[in-house]
Amino acid sequence: MKWRFRKPSVLPGFGLTLGFSLTYVTLLVLIPLGGLLLYTTKLSWSEFVAVIIDPRVLASFKLSFGASLIAAVVNLFFGLIVAWTLARYNFFGKKIIDALVDLPFALPTAVAGIALAAIFASNGWIGSFLEPLGIQIAYSRAGVVVALVFIGLPFVVRTVQPVIEEFEKEFEEASTSLGASWWQTFSRVILPSLMPALLTGFALSFARALGEYGSIIFISSNMPFVSEIVPLIIVTKLSQFDYVGATAVGTVMLLATFVILFFINAIQIYSREKSL
Amino acid sequence: MQQTKIKHILWVAFLAFLQLDSSAFAADISLLNVSYDPTREFYKEYNQAFAKHWKELKGDTLTIRQSHGGSGAQARSVIDGLDADVVTLALAYDVDAIAEKAHAIDPNWQKRFTHNSAPYTSTIVFLVRKGNPKGIKDWDDLAKADVKVITPNPKTSGGARWNHLAAWGYGLEKYGSEEKAREFVSKIYANVPVLDSGARGATNTFVQRGLGDVLIAWENEAILSINELGPDKFDIVVPSISILAEPSVSIVDKNVEKKGTKEVATAYLEYLYSKEGQRIAAKNYYRPTDPEIIKESEATFPKLKLFTIDAVFNGWGEAQKKHFADGGEFDKIFASIKR
Repeated sequence: MKWRFRKPSVLPGFGLTLGFSLTYVTLLVLIPLGGLLLYTTKLSWSEFVAVIIDPRVLASFKLSFGASLIAAVVNLFFGLIVAWTLARYNFFGKKIIDALVDLPFALPTAVAGIALAAIFASNGWIGSFLEPLGIQIAYSRAGVVVALVFIGLPFVVRTVQPVIEEFEKEFEEASTSLGASWWQTFSRVILPSLMPALLTGFALSFARALGEYGSIIFISSNMPFVSEIVPLIIVTKLSQFDYVGATAVGTVMLLATFVILFFINAIQIYSREKSL
Repeated sequence: MQQTKIKHILWVAFLAFLQLDSSAFAADISLLNVSYDPTREFYKEYNQAFAKHWKELKGDTLTIRQSHGGSGAQARSVIDGLDADVVTLALAYDVDAIAEKAHAIDPNWQKRFTHNSAPYTSTIVFLVRKGNPKGIKDWDDLAKADVKVITPNPKTSGGARWNHLAAWGYGLEKYGSEEKAREFVSKIYANVPVLDSGARGATNTFVQRGLGDVLIAWENEAILSINELGPDKFDIVVPSISILAEPSVSIVDKNVEKKGTKEVATAYLEYLYSKEGQRIAAKNYYRPTDPEIIKESEATFPKLKLFTIDAVFNGWGEAQKKHFADGGEFDKIFASIKR
């Protein structure tokens, strides 16, 4: 089969809009990222490897990917519950909660970080209750996860909510009346149709968490080997005018993220085809 | 009706033209001073004083724009093309970086103004909680096991580099060898629960979050915190020995030549050494260098033994490479204590 453009829409201007989109994406995304890759080539291969396998850099990769993954999983579960509640039930104050979900989108992340650190510090509202239990959130790795959960929440809710709203109740009713248990209804009927949206939300939340800087530096203790995230390592290298080292770390981050997002997209396409 | 409106517009345009024209005679000059965070209040006051001085001297109207941020980040902006006329940064190393990486400043910049181009100085002191409950008197007390110390990350904060070197200098002086000094500084870092990326962040952690027993800080920041937050909450402890922090100033040759502002930019920095400039610096808690103003402000600044970075560390270039570069002393210390 020959590769062909999908049949153009009845609206005219296909060539123009395609050209515009390509130029726009190239200018905004491809050229800066290409520059990043190009800049990295200033390093020889062995120098590049030396920058990346530095134990401090490796520790930060572990923390960034680990914490982002945990945060995205947490958001996947709780985001689904929040989306379900907002889409399916009517209750007093629903509009307010609906609006609150968007707040992490709009709030400057530095403000979020300072607010979270203030609440979870040992003299803060929540921190003062957790301290006697021996739980430390602010200035630890746990704090990093908390901040990442905060900024990632709307991504899951906002991608899943419209799908739930469109999902017809009759399917659930039909499933139940045919004798399915509530778990079967959920796992066989509801979940498969939500899966693509859930995965998109998960991927967005994960990707957003990887790049987050502003809120983390306020709630993490930023200790080398313990609680330094990758973006902080990049900023640290820049502060030492080590542009090339910073780009090297940035490039690895870029490639790793690309691979992960690629896989998530692949799973998404697979699950969509299966559910059809 | 319509006609009067058009007439009105023409008049405004004509007046605007006149305005433009007249400015060609008595120049409107604008300067950009790229500085670091805690100088905000100081330069706000100084800029007014200098603009007035310049108006009296030359008749030109001078607008001085300020930019503040972390010292290293500010240097990077200038390297990347921010058209600063003058830089007034936290440490000579950042000015050196502009000279080296962008060739925008004469490599001999430090010789162009007196006192190594540091018109005002400061030092590193301790801010402790009211009444000094842990009894902190000198650097030794920061190495005790039950003391929590707040200091920013020297890799990202210029101010923290002074902190690190001050502690190291004390260790050298007291214990006599590099190894002992390293051991001493390691002990202090082992007491640090949070490494903020900048000095203001560290102050915030100590003051607002209530974390730590002692904050290592610039003297001017420490006095400012006390004044702003009330003297009933914190005390300043002055150690027996500390480092002479020399915030450096320079004109940015490449930019002033392009913009034709060399004369006014040089005068702007020279005026920092004048009685008025020195007095404003002292008022904003920077230690003056003019002997007369030092006398005037004796009450604000306690006497202590100060060593310079040139005498103990052989200048910033060497100190930076040995202590803060990747794999330097700071990295070694953390590799040994945090695993």
